[in-house]
Amino acid sequence: MSEEMDPPSRSGLSRRGFLKGIGVGTAAAGVITAVQPIAEAASRDDGVVGPGEVPLTLRINGQERKLRVEPRVTLLDAMRNRLDLTGPKKVCDRATCGACTVLLDGKPIYSCTLLAIEAEGREITSIEGIGAPSKLSALQKAFMDHDAQQCGFCTPGFITAATAFVREHPNATIEQVRAGLGGNLCRCGTYAGMLLAVSDAAKKGAV
Amino acid sequence: MAKIDWPAPDKRSLLGKRISRIDAPQKTTGAAKYSYDINRPGMLWAKLVTSPHPKADIGEIDTSAAEKFPGVKAVWKETETKSAQYAGQIVAAVAAESEEIAVEAARLIRVQYTPQEHQVIDHDPALARDKPTTKQAGNIEQAFADADSVVTSGVYGVPVITHCCLEPHGQVCEVKEGELYVWPSTQNVSRYTDRLGDGIDIPQNKIHVDCQHMGGGFGSKFGYDKWGTIGALLSKQSGRPVKLMLDRDLELMIAGNRPSAYAKIKVAAKKDGTLTAVDAEVWGTGGTGGYNPPPVPYVFTKIPNTKLVGKGIRTNRGGQRAWRAPNHPQGCLLTMAAVDDCAAALKMDALEFFLKNVALTDRPNVYAEELKIAADLIGYNQKAHLRGQAGPGPVKRGLGISIHTWGGLGHPSECDVTINADGSVETRIGSQDLGVGNRTAINIVVAETLGLPLEAVKVELGRNSYPSSGASGGSTTIGGVSVSSRRAATDALNELLPAVAMKLNAAADNLEARDGFIRQIDKPENRMQWKEACALLGPNSITKRGKNVPGESQQANLISQGVGGAQIADVSVDVETGIVTINEMVAVQDVGLIVSLKTAESQVYGALIMGITYALFEEAIYDPRTGRMLNADMEFYRLAGIKDVGKLKVHMMTGPGYDERGVIGIGEPPVISPGAAISNAVANACGVRVPHLPLTPDRVITALQQKGGVA
Amino acid sequence: MKSFEYAAPATIKEAAALLGDRWGDTELLAGGTDLVTCLKQDIAAPRRVVSLRKIPELRGIKTDKNTVTIGAMTTLGELIADAGVRQHFSSLTTAALNISSPQILAMGTVGGDLCQRPRCWYFRNGHGLFGTDGKTSLVREGDNRYHALYGTDGPALFVSASSLGPALIALDATITAAGPKGKTRKIPAAAFFHAPRSETEREITLKPNEVLVSVSIPLKGLKNETYEVRHRYGLDWPYVTATVAFGEKNGSITDARVVLGHVAATPWASAAAARLLNGSRADENAAVKCGEAAVMDARPLSGNSYKIQLVKTAVKRAILAARAA
Repeated sequence: MSEEMDPPSRSGLSRRGFLKGIGVGTAAAGVITAVQPIAEAASRDDGVVGPGEVPLTLRINGQERKLRVEPRVTLLDAMRNRLDLTGPKKVCDRATCGACTVLLDGKPIYSCTLLAIEAEGREITSIEGIGAPSKLSALQKAFMDHDAQQCGFCTPGFITAATAFVREHPNATIEQVRAGLGGNLCRCGTYAGMLLAVSDAAKKGAV
Repeated sequence: MAKIDWPAPDKRSLLGKRISRIDAPQKTTGAAKYSYDINRPGMLWAKLVTSPHPKADIGEIDTSAAEKFPGVKAVWKETETKSAQYAGQIVAAVAAESEEIAVEAARLIRVQYTPQEHQVIDHDPALARDKPTTKQAGNIEQAFADADSVVTSGVYGVPVITHCCLEPHGQVCEVKEGELYVWPSTQNVSRYTDRLGDGIDIPQNKIHVDCQHMGGGFGSKFGYDKWGTIGALLSKQSGRPVKLMLDRDLELMIAGNRPSAYAKIKVAAKKDGTLTAVDAEVWGTGGTGGYNPPPVPYVFTKIPNTKLVGKGIRTNRGGQRAWRAPNHPQGCLLTMAAVDDCAAALKMDALEFFLKNVALTDRPNVYAEELKIAADLIGYNQKAHLRGQAGPGPVKRGLGISIHTWGGLGHPSECDVTINADGSVETRIGSQDLGVGNRTAINIVVAETLGLPLEAVKVELGRNSYPSSGASGGSTTIGGVSVSSRRAATDALNELLPAVAMKLNAAADNLEARDGFIRQIDKPENRMQWKEACALLGPNSITKRGKNVPGESQQANLISQGVGGAQIADVSVDVETGIVTINEMVAVQDVGLIVSLKTAESQVYGALIMGITYALFEEAIYDPRTGRMLNADMEFYRLAGIKDVGKLKVHMMTGPGYDERGVIGIGEPPVISPGAAISNAVANACGVRVPHLPLTPDRVITALQQKGGVA
Repeated sequence: MKSFEYAAPATIKEAAALLGDRWGDTELLAGGTDLVTCLKQDIAAPRRVVSLRKIPELRGIKTDKNTVTIGAMTTLGELIADAGVRQHFSSLTTAALNISSPQILAMGTVGGDLCQRPRCWYFRNGHGLFGTDGKTSLVREGDNRYHALYGTDGPALFVSASSLGPALIALDATITAAGPKGKTRKIPAAAFFHAPRSETEREITLKPNEVLVSVSIPLKGLKNETYEVRHRYGLDWPYVTATVAFGEKNGSITDARVVLGHVAATPWASAAAARLLNGSRADENAAVKCGEAAVMDARPLSGNSYKIQLVKTAVKRAILAARAA
């Protein structure tokens, strides 16, 4: 979509290059090591790591993603800034609005307030792992049919939270759907369509 | 030849139909890339340093420690102004290899401030220093003195609220080889750049803007702002792309807000309920700048005797910006609450009262029809009672009514439509889709015009290299883009028709594009498939530019302006806790010809919800002593959740009698009435006017206690 | 956010050994919903963060004949889902359910709820626990609509943010904490919270180098329920909550407790309301009187006297709900 606008690239980095450069490349790592000379990749005897970068393997959408981040980096920032998984959004950044929702072992959580290092060994599902434009999940299709999005910035978080909800509450009533989406907020006001979309999907038992 | 006029109802295959938005697959999967999501190779992250003081002289800004901090690649500091006028005013910025480093480095910048006395309070009219403005008509003294009149008075108000766009303001800037590439979150793609390049010596013809998806603007995202300038400078300085998005607290403090409006209002009416006079003193703040009082009386503009005194209070707060239907929600709340209090004093049914007074509006018939429909939809006759007569028990139910108006004339717009020899169609327009369904609407218009399915037409928008189209504000977009795209598609089709006419042995005037064919109007079986027809172009394609010139289009009944809408709210008030619950809300909206029914309805639903949100929850709370916004977050700056909005019903006034006016914008009007309708419903339920929005438990309980209403 | 070192030990003893003995030097990380927010707001800037996520003994709910013991790292969602807890301590289940965000319920823990920092907007904006500009109380002179209604003669004017605290106090719960050498001690829930007297103290009586291990609630067969007044149905901070618990003998109330939340620097037990409830039938009339008694010692600030009405209602409704349970 934005290829036409890509400025001439001096470095010749493609999108893949970006991922490499920021995610596991040497530039950022070198910088941080300089800031915190005590930083070590390997843990010390007492199991303490950081404050410099720590090698990490995150299992996201069924794939092992290796990266190096400081312990202070949140899962949201690791995904958005290092892995180019930008479906989950940064909105309130304070565990309130739900735009950053991902599934951790199937449960919805706010990735803005989970340290990336805490997600190691867990199964992470972001909106990118739920469906694709050419292969919408039943819930995503229902969001489309009921026009349950406007600007769309809250939509990935809502769909992720709703996916977990419908899996746990097949045949949910409208009232249950309302209660089940109490951890997400929308500004454009798409709740009417959302309610129909989620209860439709729940009725069909399909997510 | 094909005509520009909108097709008759029986000839419409896509126009006004319920069609899912075409970018839903991208939005529902996270594939849609917003400005905040743009990651460029080698990109830096920028963080801002802002004044903690609401008013201060700015002394030395020492950036040396930040500059030396490993990972920092560029630093900017304020040199133009030496004074901070509100907390959150930007004074410096850093760009660094990672967001975490940028945050840490920003903290190392030392700024010397000399705090000055500040003022952030906006609810006391005595704080107004500017010369009051006065508007007057008729003779109010005489009207209020009339012995046959009922006179009521009250205080009303609505505080400053913010836009709280979920995607904050900001952009990615990339200066490369003398050109600036920028991915902003904007409502104004074509004119976004303006003078953005001045500070970095890049002329406008070398600035490239791309905004494919943006996460909400509501009137606050027309310009590149200070952070745009800073982002471009940091990129030039570092030679790297720079992402600069506002943190949530700054988004709420400095990226725009809706001015407050408080008022003392006196209303006079004849004993039969006919309004005769309104005397209003209105005050409020728009931040450090001036203040334009909202219209009071609103909609009932034919009340013969009126006076409006406006008093602006300058405060050391971030500046106001257009907020969906600027000044109308405030004027609506102040007016509708005051006249509803008059109806209550007359012990008159509110619906009867409103119906009686629609004669004092610009469109009596529209409002009368809408009010009746709204009353039917909400079951008014079964539920209605006079104010305060909700019956026993702590949870009181009530209804409230409001009406509103808006313009919505299409803005100037240009659009290119290309018909390729293989039959594919391209549409390019320098417009933007804020989430209202603009892409979808343009797709519908072009596909309808060419008799094609939606998928046959590609719609490209969001770039300043495309034909210039207006900013999306004031409900002007749909009128603008629907005409420019209609005209471009019509002209392109008309260039194709002569060649087809020869092949079909029919007059070009006797041809139409329908159902994927070019066919003879009076002999439809004489036809040619679209693809075959386009093949007649040989190696050439057709590109035509369509324009919307608002005045001319209005003359031609392609677009129009001026709509009315009516809303009724059904609420419950728990008088023991002050909690207000929305049971149901009905919006009946006059909207002219609808292009994209599904997304237009979504606009109205969304407006109701945004209205419920400011009626019940929203308020920018400032600390008088520190002058800082206390709730610059999403915990205490509350947005309604899915369970807070009740049952919503939307009815569009469309079809014969409305369609003929042409296309009119829909974004603003339905967001105007909810505050007033809900405030009136709360008064009807619990018997007491809660003077100020939002209708929070503290305000409801206080109002009940002052006027004796707690169960 | 400042950078910090991180450890995720496997035992309570190791965790305690990694903690410093001054508040703020190190922080324990449970679900993170509050700590990570504090880190972002620079309310917390520890040298080291010690995560409890890898310690199995901190998880789970165990019931024996006399007691239900809830591990500190039990999530709020797990607490809600536990049928035993729901059956015996519905006030606790209701309090957790009222948090209303599936995400917080999945992440947040019982221990984290008890140890979270206040949401006072002066505190969160960097004016310290007491919300001052160094001299004057910004809370008293500023916007205190969400602040304390009780105990307002002291410097701590924030409200305890804990959702579970009031219920645990009403249910006579005991909190177990482990020190640096793994030695444990028991703290009655009521003594777990305190109003700090200086900025260097915290709102809880845990020591900086102690780990909250579990919460034990005796099975006393008390009827109990929580009523919460909050504005949004979804995730929101309550205005006030009330938890009541009582026994019943021949239709008459005994052993009553009334504990309020979000009205003081600690959960606030109302002895006056409990006294009135004892011996009554917990009917509407008694419930109203208890509500009135509960606000006798309320000392509102300049902008929160409306909360008095809310407390009355919450107490009344909690009593009626408990009776109906």
